[in-house]
Parts: sequence; structure tokens; C-alpha cells
Amino acid sequence: MDQISQLLLAFVVFLSLYLLGSSSLTGCVRILALQGACVGLLPLTIHEGGFQPRALLISVGVIVLKALVIPRILLHAIREVKIRHEVEPLVSFVSSLLLGALLIGVAFVLAERLPVPGGLVSNLLVPVSLATVMMGMLMMVSRVKAVTQVIGYLVFENGIYLFGLAISYELPWLIEMGVLLDVFVAVFVMGIVIHHISREFDSISTERLTSLSDKP
Amino acid sequence: MILLALILVPVAAAAAALAVGSDRWRPALLPAAFTLHAAMVLACWRRLPEPAAAGWLALDPLSLLVLTLASVVMLVCSVYCLEYLQLRPDRHNRLFTACLAFILGAVSLVCVSRHMGLIWVGMEAATLAAGPLVNFNRSKRSLEAVWKYLMMGSLGIGLALLGTYFLALAALPSHGPEDPLLIDVLLARASTLSVPWLKGAFIFLLVGYGTKMGLAPLHSWKPDAYGEAPGVAGVVLAGVLTSCAFLGILRAFQVCVAAGLGDFARGLLVGMGLLSMATAAVFIIGQRDFKRLLAYSSVEHMGLLALGVGLGPAGTYAALLHFINNGLAKGVLFLTAGNIHREFGGKTMDHVHGALRRVPYSATLFLLGFVAITGSPPFGPFISEFSMLRAAVNGGRFGVAAAMVSLLGVIFIGMATTVLSVVYGPAKADPAGSGRGDSPFLVAAPLVFTAAVVGLGLWLPGWLTSALDGAARLVVGAPPA
Repeated sequence: MDQISQLLLAFVVFLSLYLLGSSSLTGCVRILALQGACVGLLPLTIHEGGFQPRALLISVGVIVLKALVIPRILLHAIREVKIRHEVEPLVSFVSSLLLGALLIGVAFVLAERLPVPGGLVSNLLVPVSLATVMMGMLMMVSRVKAVTQVIGYLVFENGIYLFGLAISYELPWLIEMGVLLDVFVAVFVMGIVIHHISREFDSISTERLTSLSDKP
Repeated sequence: MILLALILVPVAAAAAALAVGSDRWRPALLPAAFTLHAAMVLACWRRLPEPAAAGWLALDPLSLLVLTLASVVMLVCSVYCLEYLQLRPDRHNRLFTACLAFILGAVSLVCVSRHMGLIWVGMEAATLAAGPLVNFNRSKRSLEAVWKYLMMGSLGIGLALLGTYFLALAALPSHGPEDPLLIDVLLARASTLSVPWLKGAFIFLLVGYGTKMGLAPLHSWKPDAYGEAPGVAGVVLAGVLTSCAFLGILRAFQVCVAAGLGDFARGLLVGMGLLSMATAAVFIIGQRDFKRLLAYSSVEHMGLLALGVGLGPAGTYAALLHFINNGLAKGVLFLTAGNIHREFGGKTMDHVHGALRRVPYSATLFLLGFVAITGSPPFGPFISEFSMLRAAVNGGRFGVAAAMVSLLGVIFIGMATTVLSVVYGPAKADPAGSGRGDSPFLVAAPLVFTAAVVGLGLWLPGWLTSALDGAARLVVGAPPA
């Protein structure tokens, strides 16, 4: 169990880095689905107590949502607006990768300074989740296409979910379901807005969204 | 039972609004459901209901205060909507009506819940439901606003979730069967919480809920969303949703105080409060768009709330009073600003002059709202801002007091320039907007808010002061009187 958890966690970080350097939108969504599946498998392996029926339920819920439903919504949005590539991100792909690597380092330093939560088989969980959160935020701010910003948000959300695993056996299932439902609705609403944006602006570049601003 | 009904009645109204087919009759659902909600809140004032669902749902004086403000503001707004939505036959109001009702349900969930996780779920639901309100006009500008709102809102709410998880980690390993995220459990076990995790939790919750509240430097969505949303949605965002986020921060603050981290938390609140006021002052000077002006005014007042809580017990009492005054005054300002916007078909100083001649009642109320919100007597905000200032001086925080007074002065001048130009002067001959003048319901709603703000400035009823005192004692961790 220990090794599987470590492997899955390492894979999650690797996939976030891959997303930072990838320009194909459909490719990004597939990677995101894979990351969702890794994140979904973790509840089964991460706890010292071993396998629990509750974990299976949550695991199935997460995999259905993050590896199947949400990627479907995003692929649908991409097909609808007929674009394939993130053309010119605000931060180039190479710099994003370097920044991503730097953020991983920062996450490990930060995690060193925090006391380790008990009951977990892997001490990688906290640094990996912090790194994923930061890389997701980086994607949200450095990409111009609305779809890629949503993908960034989902990576950020995956990182937070990983963090939640550290306490998942303390949290009642009601809360977990509430969190999952909210994420689903968020992506759904964003998908609708992307649709409206593409119809109004003939593009989903958020670069066009600049008519509202104030100069001090 | 009543606690559950507080959540379910508005949600049922939202479902009914989705089911009703007629755009004409649907808005009438809102005042009916919201009156019932307000009546239930009134019943809670007579006697606090017993905790329900194994201690997960309960009201205390603090959340009752937030819930009451939300219920009253939404009730008045629903009356405004009756006429407003008739004036907009170009838009289907199904989603708008349903979302308004659903927001009150989500807000009630935030208020009655004693579980930090459940508070988060309610907050996120309210955030998402407000999206369609911002996008009601379906223009390019409102799409841009709603996109920025969704992105910033989701980021903030995600950080708040991270903070909530940090809080649970601080409480590990748990003793006994109680859920570690229940506020009562956290408060009872405060001295055993892990300090580094708790500090992290407070920072993330402050940043996360602070984004929802619009504290600088996380306010960037606010002017766009408030500027493009209809006036009534502005009231809901500025008066109701921000107060829920404030409640979330106060809950985290309560735990920090109980754990002996009060000074750490107060320092952060004072810093963010002053930064918000300074940011608002910079952008208010020379602001030509009066709806964006109101958004920056909201940033300023959220800053004042954070600052007040950071100033200790006396400041907390003042902040809670200010929280009510601000919610009511924002109601006047956004509703009348919406009326002026509709009359002229524009919302910048280039289009709008002499509102007093075209919509005399709305313009008068707008002017009164401006005088109130900038803290002039005899309005409510004067009392609360003055008590906050006194708390700063009595606490020996002269630097904070000086900064507060000078920023309030700058903001007064900046707002006055725009507001006076909008209200006075000659009106343009050919109106681009509706040009229908004032109409009864659209004036009655802000008039009610104005009356309440004046009333609170002239006389604070005993039941309110004792409720405020009880709530402030909860926040600062003092034993009840």
C-alpha cells in the first residue's frame, strides 16, 4: 500500500508539470482526467487502517466525477468553440515548467516546517498537495484561454482534495459529497459561461475581456 | 425544526420559481417566501431555537444577527424586484428569481450551521448562485464581469476549503467521537490545537473568505461584478453575501482567540483592513462610473469591519453595528443607483447629470445614502465609525486612528465629487435610457432602507444593543453578560 500511494502521488505531481508544458487543449483534458483518476484511487491506499468500505464509495464518486464527467463537459466545450491549442500563454511553456519545478521545491520546504499529520502511510501527501495547489494557481493566472483557466482551477481543486485526504477519515461523508457537488456545479457553470463568451466574442481568449478596468 | 425550515423554505421557493411558467407571476413568489422566512427569523429572536441534527445546526447571537440582516435585506429587495422585473420584459427572469431565492437558502445554511465544512458548502453554493445575477444583462461587459467573478470567487472559495482542512488538521488527533470541525468542539479543545496548523488555517480562511468579502488585495472582481450587475443584485452581493463571508472569518477568529492566538489574528485583520481602505481611497478618487464607485465603497467598508474586529472588544462591538448599518446603506445606494442607471441608460459622469430633475425621489435617496455611508450624522454609520475610532484611541492605537480618519476624509471627498455631479446640474434633453421617471415600488424599497439607517442613527433600541453585545462577547471570547 505504501509504495502504491507514493507512486500515485509522484504521478500526480508529474501530471501537473506535464499540464504546465502542454499546449494541446484536448491533450490537457485527457491528462486532467488521468490525474483525476490517480487522485480518486488514493483514498483506497493512503490510510494506515487499510481498506475501508467508505473509502471505496468516495473513491468511486471522485473517479466518476473527476475522470469521466468533468472531462466530458470540458471536451464538449472545446468541440463547441472549435479551438485546439493554447496559442500564446502569458508565461511561456518553458518558463511555466521551470516555475512549476521551483514551486515543487517551495512546497517541500513549506511542508518540512509543518508538523506531520498522523494516521497516513505517506509523508509525501502534504508537499504533493501544496505543490499541486500552487501549480494549479499558476495555470489559472498564466493562461489566456477560458478552458485552460478552468483546467488550472481543477488542478488547484485536485491539490486541495489531496489535502483533504489527510483528514478524510475524520470528515463525515456529507461534507465530502457537498464539496464534490460544488466542484461539479462550478465546472458546469463555467462551461455555460464559456459557451456564452464564445458566442458573444467569437473567441474564448480572456484577453478580449478587458473592457472593465480602472487605472489608479 | 425551525432551523431546517429556514434553509428549506427559500430552496423550495427556488424550485417553485423554476417550475412556474409565467414571467409575469413568478416574481410574486419571492416576497411570499421571504416574508415567511423573516417571520421565522422573528420567532428565533423571541426564543433561540434548540440545536438540531446532533449539534450541527444551531443559532447563536452572532449568526442570528447576520441571518436577520440577510432576511430583511432580501425581503425588501424582493419587493423591489416585483416592479423591476416587469420593466425588463426583454429578459426571462426564471433563473434570476430562482437564484435569488436559492441564495437566501444558502445564506441561511451558512448562518445556522455549526460545522466549518457545512459553512463552506453553503458559502460556495451562494457564490455560484450569484453568477447568473451578475450576468442578468447578458452583454459583453456582463460576461466579462461574471467570468472574473467566477474565477476569483472559485479561487477564494478553494483557499477557504484549504483553510478548513488546515483547521481539521490542527485538531488531530481527535479525542472521542465528536466531529473535529464543529465550532463548539474546536472552541472547547482550543488549547490543544496545533499552533502552526491553526495559524495556517486562519491565514487561508482570511484570504479565502476575504476574497468573497472583497478585502484588498483580493477585491479585483468586485468593481466589475457590482458595476455590471443590476442594482438589486448589487445589494445582494454587497449586503448579504459579503456578510456571510464575514461570518466565516469571525468563526475562524473565535477559534484563534480561544487558542490564545488573538493578537496574531488581530494584527492580520488590522493590516488587511487598513490596506482595503487605502486601496478603496486610491480608486475612488476620480472614479467616473458611479456603480464602480459603490463597489470601491464596499471594499472600504469591508476594510472597516476587519479593522474594527482587529481593534479588540470595543472595536468588535462597533464593527458589528457597522456591519448592519453598511448592509442597509448599501441597499439604499445600489437600488437608487440602479434607478438612475435605467433612467439615463448610462452609469458614468459623461452620461449622467442632474438626476435630481429626472428622478427626484431616487436622486434624493441616492444623495442621502451617500451622506450616510460616508459617516455623517445623523445616520447610523456615523455612530459605528465614531465608536470604532474611539476604540482605536482608547486602545492607544493612535497611528491606526490617524490613518482611519485621513482615509475616511479622502474617500468622502472622492465620493462627493462623483455623487454631486450625478445628482445636481442640468439634465440632458434627449434621454438614451427609459426616461420614465420614478415609480412607486422602485422608490419604496430604498426608502425603507433609508428610514432604517436614519432610525439606527437616532436611536439604538435596547434589544439591538444587547444582541450586539452578546455577539461581540462571542467573537472576542468573553463570558456572556
